[in-house]
Amino acid sequence: MRYNEKELQALSRQPAEKAAELGMRGPKKGSVVKRRLVKLVVNFLFYFRTDEAEPVGALLLEHCRVTQEEPSGFSISFLEDPERKYHFECCSAEQCQEWMAALRRASYEFMRRSLIFYRNEIQKMTGKDPLEQFGISEEARFQLSGLKA
Amino acid sequence: MKLNERSLAFYATCDTPADNAGFLYKKGGRHAAYHRRWFVLRGNMLFYFEDAASREPVGVIILEGCTVELVEAAEEFAFAVRFAGARARTYVLAAESQAAMEGWVKALSRASFDYLRLVVRELGHRLAAVRAGGPLPPRRPHTLPPRRPRALPPKENGCAVWSSETPAAPSPRPGPEPPPLPPRRRASASNGPLDSASFAQLHEWYGQEVRALRGQWLRSQAQP
Repeated sequence: MRYNEKELQALSRQPAEKAAELGMRGPKKGSVVKRRLVKLVVNFLFYFRTDEAEPVGALLLEHCRVTQEEPSGFSISFLEDPERKYHFECCSAEQCQEWMAALRRASYEFMRRSLIFYRNEIQKMTGKDPLEQFGISEEARFQLSGLKA
Repeated sequence: MKLNERSLAFYATCDTPADNAGFLYKKGGRHAAYHRRWFVLRGNMLFYFEDAASREPVGVIILEGCTVELVEAAEEFAFAVRFAGARARTYVLAAESQAAMEGWVKALSRASFDYLRLVVRELGHRLAAVRAGGPLPPRRPHTLPPRRPRALPPKENGCAVWSSETPAAPSPRPGPEPPPLPPRRRASASNGPLDSASFAQLHEWYGQEVRALRGQWLRSQAQP
């Protein structure tokens, strides 16, 4: 699949929501743990060799599942293949919890659901649609029907 | 750079309705021809397929940090997705009608995660302010300027002003009509992101509701 790699590289240099050196192990059988600089920017998780400026790779965090694996480790897998896991090792249980929480909030889909939720709550309490000010109240992607039960 | 392409393809073709979809002509390169492709916008990803029935995208344009503008082109209904930076690519696209072009320009210019995050943060602050019954927090410089600026009227005697009319005289009950009751939270926990509101916050919120109701009841008892 073609993609605009230059822009993705530029994105990896943007200020991160979260960044840390973690142990990382790829999903392939027999892969070993490597130290990587892991950086969360919008809905992408970039991972760098610790002394390099360009990322080794990126994970788009849509439709992903973040699971605790050990007290200080977690994994990321994707909807289409839940057994194919990217493993991460943190230096403490606390760091692990922080990363898991951040990653679960880091998807566009999560943001969208939050927006619909807030919009609905504000509308119920004030009788006014807060999105009108932004001129986006009619957009299909922000309608209540977008929230699954 | 490695990318989880299989997951990307899955995201592109999943069942949920896309944010926008339709045929667009895409210019191959600076001096290349236009190719008709089926475009699907999902979140901040603009996927393009050979046609509407394809199972896998030909490619994707990641829409962070771009601007969308109309362009002068030989092709009718053309617009461009432009990225900043040296040697950055500009994608020239053309729709099949004026309405389609306008729809795409609108959708793409608001598609970034960054934009959505700003809106969500703003709404989160507003909801917290509304629940606390106080005035809106001051606007920060980086927030989006509203089209029609509105502000909640300030607190009167420590009580929230629920109606948008200016309150007549200072009194424990704001406005001529009684304030609407705050909505009851559903008994079953919602999956909303505010479930993490602390007990203290919830206690305070319900406490206000109880105080308001009690006040009303006392006044109704006092009338002959």
